[in-house]
Formats: sequence, C-alpha cells, structure tokens
Amino acid sequence: MRSYAAGRAALAVVQLAVLSVLVFALTSLLPGDAADLRFTETLSPEQVERLREQLGLDQPAAERFGHWFGQVLTGDLGTSLISGGPVVDIVRDSVGATLVLTIATLAIVVPLAVALGILMGTRENGRLDRTITSITLALSAIPDFVIAVVLVAVFSLKLGWLPATWIGGDLLTSPVLLVLPVAVLLGRTVCLLSRQVRAGTINTLNADYITQARRLGVPRRRLLFRHVLPNAAVPGVQELARTGDTLLGGVLVVEAIFAIPGFATALVDAVETRDLPVVQALTLVLAVAALLLNLLADLTCNRLVPRSALLK
Amino acid sequence: MSDALNRRGFLGLAGALGVAALTGCGSGQSSGAQPSAGGRLRAVYAGGGAKEVLDPHVQSLFVDLARHKAMYEKLVELGPDLKPVPRLAEKWDHDGKALVWRFTLRDATFHDGRKLTAEDVLYSLARVADPKVPERVAQSSLAALDLRRSKAVDPRTVELVLAAPNAEFPALLAGIGTQIVRDGFTDPTKPIGTGPFKFVSFEAGRSMVAARFDDYWEGAAKLEELHLLSADAEARANAVQGGQAEYANDMTATFARTAEAGKSVRIVAAKASTMQAFVMKVDQAPFDNPDVRLAFKLLADRQRLVDVVLAGRGAVGNDLFGKGYQYYPEGLPQRERDVEEAKRLLKKAGLVNKEIEIFTADASAGFVESATLFAEQVAEAGVKLKVTTGSAQTYSKDLLTKGVIGNHRSGAMPIPQYLTDRLLSKSPFNVTHWRKPEFDAAFAAAQVQTDEAARAAKYGELQKTIRDDGGIIAWGLPDYLVAVSAKVQGVEAAPPNTLDFGRFDKVWLA
Repeated sequence: MRSYAAGRAALAVVQLAVLSVLVFALTSLLPGDAADLRFTETLSPEQVERLREQLGLDQPAAERFGHWFGQVLTGDLGTSLISGGPVVDIVRDSVGATLVLTIATLAIVVPLAVALGILMGTRENGRLDRTITSITLALSAIPDFVIAVVLVAVFSLKLGWLPATWIGGDLLTSPVLLVLPVAVLLGRTVCLLSRQVRAGTINTLNADYITQARRLGVPRRRLLFRHVLPNAAVPGVQELARTGDTLLGGVLVVEAIFAIPGFATALVDAVETRDLPVVQALTLVLAVAALLLNLLADLTCNRLVPRSALLK
Repeated sequence: MSDALNRRGFLGLAGALGVAALTGCGSGQSSGAQPSAGGRLRAVYAGGGAKEVLDPHVQSLFVDLARHKAMYEKLVELGPDLKPVPRLAEKWDHDGKALVWRFTLRDATFHDGRKLTAEDVLYSLARVADPKVPERVAQSSLAALDLRRSKAVDPRTVELVLAAPNAEFPALLAGIGTQIVRDGFTDPTKPIGTGPFKFVSFEAGRSMVAARFDDYWEGAAKLEELHLLSADAEARANAVQGGQAEYANDMTATFARTAEAGKSVRIVAAKASTMQAFVMKVDQAPFDNPDVRLAFKLLADRQRLVDVVLAGRGAVGNDLFGKGYQYYPEGLPQRERDVEEAKRLLKKAGLVNKEIEIFTADASAGFVESATLFAEQVAEAGVKLKVTTGSAQTYSKDLLTKGVIGNHRSGAMPIPQYLTDRLLSKSPFNVTHWRKPEFDAAFAAAQVQTDEAARAAKYGELQKTIRDDGGIIAWGLPDYLVAVSAKVQGVEAAPPNTLDFGRFDKVWLA
C-alpha cells in the first residue's frame, strides 16, 4: 500500500511538470503576447514595446519558464501579466463559484444516476428501461447552450421564477441562483453516468455468483444492495472521475451564459490575454484536482470491490 | 400581476399630472414624467476579467470608461458632434498662436471635500506622462505638452504650454485616460474624483458599486446607487430582460429586434455613430494603383451590407470617417455602386479573373460577415476575393502589417484625432499605409490655424483627398445600441465617448 502511494505521488509530480512545460509551450505558440493584448488600439506601438520590456516578455522563453518554475517551487504562483496583482488572488476568486457549482451538480448527479441506472438495469429492455433510455439519449444529444437558452427563456424571462444570470447576485444570500446552471450541467452527466451504472447492473446480474445466490434464495433487496450495487457502481465511479472534462466543458458554457465569475471564465480570459502565469496556475489547479479525483475513484472502487490486483 | 402594474402605471401618471398642474409647466422630458430621486441602477457592460482597472489613466474597455466617468471628470469633454465642450475647465483661451493655453477651473469639489485647484490638474497631467508607466493611455496624445513650462497661475487658473502650436489641444484633453485626479493621488484602489458618484467597492471582471456624491458641482445625481457590472452579450440581454439590470451597453441588432417586440425593454440607439470599413494598403499591389482602389469603392453595395451585416441598424457610409462631426466636409455626393465603371477600371489594371486575399477575423461584430458579402459583390466585376481569417485577439495589430485588404471599425472620436492616429506617415495605427509627406504637411498647417473656419476648410480638403484617393471603403455607420428597462428615464442617444453617453447622473427611475 505504501509503495503504491509513493509510486502514484511520484508519477503525479512528473505529470504536473510535463503538463506545465506543455501549457507554457502551447500558450507561447499563440499569436501575440500579454503586452499586445492588455490594451487593444489604445496604446501606441512604442508604449506597447516599453510595457513588454517591463513585463519581462522580451526575455527568451526558456528563461521565463525557468523563472516561473523556480517561483512555483517556492510556493509563489507569481504575478498576473494583465492585472499586475498576485496570481493566487485570481485563482482563489475564481475557484469558489465553480467549486460550489460542481459539488452541487455532483450531489444531485450521483444518487440520481445510480437510481436510474439500477432501475434500468434491473428491468433490462422493459418498458421503463426503454423510456428512460430514450429520454437520456435524447437529452445527451442536446448541446448545453441550447438547454440553457431554453431554460432561461422559460423560467426566467417568461415565468419570472428564477434569476436569468448571476449578475449582481450573491450565492450566500440567494442560493436560488444555482438552480438553472445546475439543471443545465445535470443533463449530460446524468445520461453518461446512468448508462454506465445500467451496464454494470446488467453485467453483475448476469454473473454466475448472482445466479447462484438467487438459487440459494437470497432476498431480492439484499441481493441488489449487498451484491449487485457495489459491483455495478465500479464503472460508474470510474466514469465519474472521467466526467471531469465533460463537466468542465459544460461549466464553461454555463459560466458564460449565466455570467458566473468562475474558473472556466478565468481560464479562457487568461488564455485570450496570454496571461501565462495565470494560465499555468489554473491548469495546475485543474490537473491536481483531476489527479486527486482519479485517486479517490480508485480507492473507492477498491473499497467497494476489494481487488488485490489494484494494490500491488 | 398585471393589475398591480396597471395601477402603478395609473398612479404614476396621476402623480406626474398633479405635479405638472402644480408647477404649471411641463418638464421638457420626452416621457412627460418628472424626474424622481432615489433608487439603484444596475448597468451591464462587456467585461474584461482581470483586464479591468480602477486607475482612470489606464483604461481601455467600455466598462472602465463607464466606471471612471462615474467617479472622475476631465477638463474638457466632447459634445454630440465631437466638438470640445467645457467640463472641469469652464472656459479656455490661448496666446493667439495656440501655443500657450489658459484654462479657468470650475468650482468643483473632490469626494473628500477638498476643492479642485490648478495643482491637481498639473499633478494629473504629470501622472499621465510618467514614462515609467507605459500603460498610461494618453501618453502619446499628450506628448506635445511641456509640463516643465506649464504652471498654476492661481488656484483656479492653469497655464499649459505646448512644444508646438496645436489648435486642437482642448480636444486632446477630452481624450481617453485624461481624467483629473487629486494632487498626490497614488493609490488607484482608493478613487477620489470630482464625479457625480463616490467609490464604494470594486471587483475586477464583476462589479463596481458607487454612491451618489451630494456635493457634485452640477447638482447631485438622482440615483442613490450605481452598480456597474460585467457580462457577455448573452448574459447582458438576459439580465436586462429578466429584471436583473436596468441598462445594458452595446447590444446587437438581433437583440434590439427581439426587445422591441416586447414591452419590458427599450432600445436607445445613437444613430450612425461608429464606422465599419474595408481598408486597402495603398503601398501594396494591387491597391497601390488608384484605379483599383476606386474600383473597389465603386463595387461596394453599401445598402446591402448595412441591411445584411448590420441588420439595417445603421446608415450607408461615404468612404469617410466622422459623418455629422465637427469638420466633416459638407456637400459631398454619396458614392454609389457602379459595377460597369469598376469593371472598366479593373480591366485597365489587368485585374480581371485575378484572385486577391481579404484578411479578416472575428475580432469585431460583422467583420467576417461583411468580408464574405463584399467578396460576392466584388465577384460581379470578375475579381475573386478570397476570405482568409486570422486570430481575433491580435487582429488589429496584425492588420497593420498583414494582408492587402481587411476590416476596420472605429468608434466616435474627433476627426483630427482620427487623422492623427491613422492617416499620417508616423501614425501608430496607419492601417492603410497612407504615407504622403504633402498630406502630413497640410495637416500640420491646418492644426496650427487658429481660425476655426479656415481650419475646417483645410481639414475638408484633406478629407476629400482621402475619400477619393485613400484606402478606406467606409461602407456603413452602425447605430450604437443600448437597452434600458422600461422604468429608466433620461438616457440620451449620444455617441460613445461623448459627454452625454452613459451619463448616469442624469438618469432616473420612474
């Protein structure tokens, strides 16, 4: 167990280092730099040149990367090339909203998808299974922004029940702000996840040991919750860890439509303005989150269905 | 719901009638309602994330301009025709040569209670000029100001000396990033200005809150609180329709059509107040040939471009910037489409059946669409215009060196400033590569001319040269669209960058 943990940690460090080199290189390949993009058409080229020197962007790329990397090793994420303020402020201010949004979504997605998946799996090809399947497949085929536009048009603009955007709103005083964004994010993830749980359930139900257990007269409820569910959940949990990127794509759309000042918006802004230290910091945070999520998923699966192969 | 609305509407009307009867005169407001004090207005602009700034000398986005306009003021502002009008300077004159200028300051008060003095003006201009901070926007436009020779004559009079005469100097003091701050102002996060609203709080990319300044020299604003918020176009539209904002800046023509079909939102359109154009580089083939430039101007179906690209929200252009502004030459015939003449010119130039690339990007609304539509119009004369798309974020910079023809748009600014920025040999944004020493000399001669009529005549000649020989195909003058909720009153349809644009101290909620 200990060597397994050490191995994974070492791998994670290498992954993060490679990632930051890649992100730096790719962002540097984009046309223009922060000096060009901080102001468009208001500064004269001569002023932009002086700004570039001040920001240190006239230095060779390798040198700039080395400088940044050294800073990060000391725990300093550096200074934004655009705002001139600490990068850590931008990260902190943007993570909150996205985190709340993601957690709220997952808190609904997981139980809902598991319930639907089991419902479908235990009634394979029955009427209920076919109905839910068609609904979830149809839903997953509609792009997030279409769902968002329709929901806003109906529930905000037509009926006036829910706020159309987060503009000027505060989550603490009006949690109702979460309703529409979470509803949009739910669609696709519930569909993906419930399909996985359904497949897992069907597989497990057809397994020999379940047939045997049935023969032995194990009550149906006990059979489902003690034997089928843990096994059926494994592909679901693994899928959940992978949904991260799907969810992030959705979060980006949702943040733009509802004017949520979140992580995805900050990342897009930073890339568009070539604010390298901010791009680097945000991708690092994202990568660490993804690594932790995967680790958590593996540990959960191992807990649900202990398999010695997992822990060498 | 509808009953309550009706009743409130009725009561409001009765109240207004009552007041009108009492005072015995109309208010002169178009709606007929009396301005009422109080309330909070939330205005939404396109946001800039971490790009947004509080420092009034480092602004670049509309939301920055709005923020600074609420809290700070300039010596001079621009009227609806982009002509300088007094602001913190109540009047000015010069030594007869436009070299030494005297500005008399208004009796204005800063938010901390101190009076505006000549020292504040000198400090502000020195702060703008600080070479250690290259992002101070007005640095290049005010480069001719000689601060060492400028001085405070008395607390209410400041004398500004230029390195070279310039009759347009007041207009330069109305440019962006020229706000007057307090003497000794060093911390932009604690804004203190003379504007109608006092600073309360700011979060870049999200919001600024400001409160009414009761001692404002022009009379306190009616609104008690002003929120300036940031959001994308889609969210702005939803916010103003869904009652989360009362004012949404820079809306699309598509939204305007939807909004005007309903009752909750009104569109305030500043007619024909910006410019959309194609720009040809006059020093590069094939546009180094004046015949080809003229042929392309003759090929633009302007009305169709306006109808399709601007959804009809705008006027046709006449290959010149600044229609309706001070110094715009009178009596120019509208350039009409003439495919036959264009064909003749292109044939003469040997361009028929040749292919030219038009360099465009999704940098501004309508760029790619207009380039694509123009390619169809040019094809009618037998020339193929191939549309290539560049990076949206760096387009304005790239176009300075790349492509022989591309897209250009300009907001409202005084005509001499447009010429200075774009059409002189040393202009930083000379996108058409129009570099003619005799043009530069004539412009310099016009600028020192202290007689306004004589100056206007000279500028007029220069503009006619540009219209006939230059590289600008100004096809359209888009309206600038702002959406306000039904209860908002007092919003003027003024071009952006002018005094009456987004003046929240004049706005009230009915």
